[in-house]
Amino acid sequence: MTGITHHIPDELLIAYASGSLPKAFSTVVATHVSMCDECRARLGAHETLGGALLDDTPVQEVSSDMKARLFDALDTPAATERVYERSGIFPAPVMEALGGLPPKWKPLGLGVRQMILNHDRSGSVRLLYIPGGMAVPDHGHNGLELTLVLQGAFSDETGRFGVGDLEVADGDLEHEPVAEDGPACICLAATDAALRFRSFVPRMLQPIFRI
Amino acid sequence: MKVMFDVSEDVLLEDRLEAEAAPARVGDGAKRARENILVTGEPYAETTVWMLAVRDQRDKVAFGHLFDHFAPRLKGVICRSGLPPAQAEDIVQDVMLTVWRKAHMFDPGRAQVSAWIYQIARNRQIDVLRKERRPVPEELKPAETAEDDASQIVALEEETTALRAALNRLKPAQREMVERAYLGELTHAEIRAETGLPLGTIKSRIRLGLEKLRHELKGTDRT
Repeated sequence: MTGITHHIPDELLIAYASGSLPKAFSTVVATHVSMCDECRARLGAHETLGGALLDDTPVQEVSSDMKARLFDALDTPAATERVYERSGIFPAPVMEALGGLPPKWKPLGLGVRQMILNHDRSGSVRLLYIPGGMAVPDHGHNGLELTLVLQGAFSDETGRFGVGDLEVADGDLEHEPVAEDGPACICLAATDAALRFRSFVPRMLQPIFRI
Repeated sequence: MKVMFDVSEDVLLEDRLEAEAAPARVGDGAKRARENILVTGEPYAETTVWMLAVRDQRDKVAFGHLFDHFAPRLKGVICRSGLPPAQAEDIVQDVMLTVWRKAHMFDPGRAQVSAWIYQIARNRQIDVLRKERRPVPEELKPAETAEDDASQIVALEEETTALRAALNRLKPAQREMVERAYLGELTHAEIRAETGLPLGTIKSRIRLGLEKLRHELKGTDRT
């Protein structure tokens, strides 16, 4: 995939590599890496460092029977794991979150649709569908929001985001993303806190739609 | 949480690392491979030799060597996160079994054995402890003529050796921060706020990875 100009910042890549990143954000990182060779290589570099630390770590003796137990298990066939594949605009990690099925969109009004893929205490991740030329209501963030473009493009105060581009919005950003004219803009978006809408009506709808 | 370090010293460190990170030329790798053959009879480091024997011959003796090397290290790392030893051993067991079962996915031109196992360990630890599957990137489809490129493998080994030497020269407080970040003890916000992390070290290492990947993708069929 060429033309990606907005990549994953190092702190998010390291947190992903080390396993400390919550699931919603990990889904976005894994999806961007699936689309971006540069970030795939950067993730590889971080894992190389992690591997060097593992190699240098003080050893802790394991139980004496552990090796024998492991060797007994080697010839037992593993349970087959379902492997998800990219389908259309959705890379494998999105297809996995979708359970291999096409998205079931829920209308949010004015042609905007969403599907929540995963929602837990640590945050939520969803697909957003914004018709060409449409603005997403002006909102700010209490925490971190990652938005990855899968189709189309959007622009806001910070720049233009096309397919594969990742926008990282923290608590300071109040923005009004507008989808470009043309095909609908479809994004994968993850947050660790509810969005704050500035106008009253979306705020009322928030608990209903879990935006 | 913020540990301040002398900026000028950091710059010097980065310069030194930068100099060491000069991209290894293919010729260097081939030369090193020949030297390795003279010493060990094999062109690669022993963990790579064992892993390739497991991958290509399903060699259990080699797998035993990998276990002896990595299991006590994995246990050390996993116990750091505060897990009781018995539970840590269950995860080590799970990781090593995954290494055996997924050996066909190991590509020594793209990852060192230690990096590959690190990544499996992080995945398994999350899968087991949080009882959820960690989202992972799509696998690259290997090229039709997937043969190990000896000089690339050795070049990657050299990069890692240089990286490890650089890690060992870090001041203890800096080293501690790197360990906490890469062993999953810091959040992304803490990593971002951490001025002591020698991120330049890592960035300078990325070049080889990128070059290798571009090389790889030329022969890869992806849509």
